[in-house]
Amino acid sequence: MIDILRSEWTKIRSVRSTVWTLAATVALMVGIGALISAANRGNTDGPIPADEAIAGSLVGVIFASLSLATLGVLVISSEYRTGGIRTSLMAVPKRLSLLTGKMVVFTATALVTSAVASAAALAVGLAITQPPSLMLGDAARAVGGATLFLTACGVFGLALGTLVRHTPGAIMAATALMLVLPPLMNQLPGQWGRTVADYFTTNAGMLIANGQSSASLGPWSGFGVYLVWIAVTVVASAVLLLRRDA
Amino acid sequence: MTAIRATNLSKRYGGTVAVADLSFDVEPGQVTGFLGPNGAGKSTTMRMILGLDRPSGGSVLVDGRPYGELRHPLRKVGALLDAKAVHGGRSARNHLLAIAQSNGIPAGRVSEVLELVGLREVAKRRVGGFSLGMAQRLGIAATLLGDPEILLFDEPVNGLDPDGILWIRTLMRKLAAEGRTVFVSSHLMSEMAQTADHLIVIGKGRLIADTSVQEFIGRSSQGYVRVRSPRLAEVAELVKVGELHPDHLRVTAMSTLEIGTLTARAGLPLEELTFVQPSLEAAYMELTKDSLEFSS
Repeated sequence: MIDILRSEWTKIRSVRSTVWTLAATVALMVGIGALISAANRGNTDGPIPADEAIAGSLVGVIFASLSLATLGVLVISSEYRTGGIRTSLMAVPKRLSLLTGKMVVFTATALVTSAVASAAALAVGLAITQPPSLMLGDAARAVGGATLFLTACGVFGLALGTLVRHTPGAIMAATALMLVLPPLMNQLPGQWGRTVADYFTTNAGMLIANGQSSASLGPWSGFGVYLVWIAVTVVASAVLLLRRDA
Repeated sequence: MTAIRATNLSKRYGGTVAVADLSFDVEPGQVTGFLGPNGAGKSTTMRMILGLDRPSGGSVLVDGRPYGELRHPLRKVGALLDAKAVHGGRSARNHLLAIAQSNGIPAGRVSEVLELVGLREVAKRRVGGFSLGMAQRLGIAATLLGDPEILLFDEPVNGLDPDGILWIRTLMRKLAAEGRTVFVSSHLMSEMAQTADHLIVIGKGRLIADTSVQEFIGRSSQGYVRVRSPRLAEVAELVKVGELHPDHLRVTAMSTLEIGTLTARAGLPLEELTFVQPSLEAAYMELTKDSLEFSS
């Protein structure tokens, strides 16, 4: 397995799309956080409460999640596009080992990038808003939540890439599932509709990032629900990877 | 030990049969040509050997085991399917390094194979800018990484210039001379005539011939004598057993000496009297004419 991890690390670090998507993730987090914080500062007379300052700093997760998901998609879809997947499977015919290798290397990369991006966004945001009092625990929890959410979104992208095998199709699927459909679900009528919306992908997953609770779920249970969505996609993609001709 | 053994191998895509009940052995120490018209099922068979496509029936073993059960497969088998199937954004060195690492092959070997195929100078360049010839060399470098006993090449000379073709041909002969198994597919008989010792010929996914190159020529078509003359009609009448074409007479039942003696006695002038060797090309056309997917 260590051989596969080294190989996948070489692959992910040696293409420009990795650098670009990771840079975009950091830029979106810090840039949007700074923008919202500055607007918040400008519109508010007097001190800004700490929880508001923290939330404003990390608003970028919504967009950064998509750039990480894009990298997740590309980690495997670029191999299908070029035909390099055959070379990979000739080298590692045990397909689940190959997928596991990609997952582990990508998750580690995404985790580190997300943590750096979230911490930087919070630092910049707080420097702008200057909240009078700040609990260090709250700040750490917010950074941790944003990091977990972003990383999960990246893994979701990788699973969708494995499932769809086609870069534009997989990125569209990721955008729809993570960004477009969740707010639409909030328009569903009735109690039943409310519950569906609460459990829908990022509606549930975002709770860990902003530390809030919905009618049905808290931060951790919401993140758990999001992980179930991702796990189902990973399992489906693994089954298809095993069954399909390469 | 037989390097590759296919037993009743079949592959169907929906209702289309790509490979049907194909059985053959590929032996070490020689170049085995895998020959057939386009669409005969050569690439499908190679993908099944490498565990990329799952057979619909039958089995294929590499060194006595299914490919997927080889521990470090690249140390046993090197295969070049499509030279352009590489990520264009990666450098040649990193492309090979990732492949090497996956099979626990030391990084130093990457430099060795780059040197071997003549790509040392461009090792750090992005592969996307490579010409087909360079991409082909990179593909060969990848197959040689693990110093494998068994090598598979799918249409390796397609699109190459004469230099590249000669280089690959020489390399394949050298690898076979070292005792390795070389299995190379082509739809060009002339190519195989210059490279292969043994032929496995398929058409429409079925085995047509599994034979040495020599036997293959002998078995499928015989030579004939071509006779041309300004008085061709009279010659034809005299020889009797010939087959009259617009500009020549084709005789299979008589030798050049017999025909020459006969026409000399009759005082008929000849423009040409030649024994035409059966070519590998002709033998191949003859054997595969019923199995072309799209006949013109």
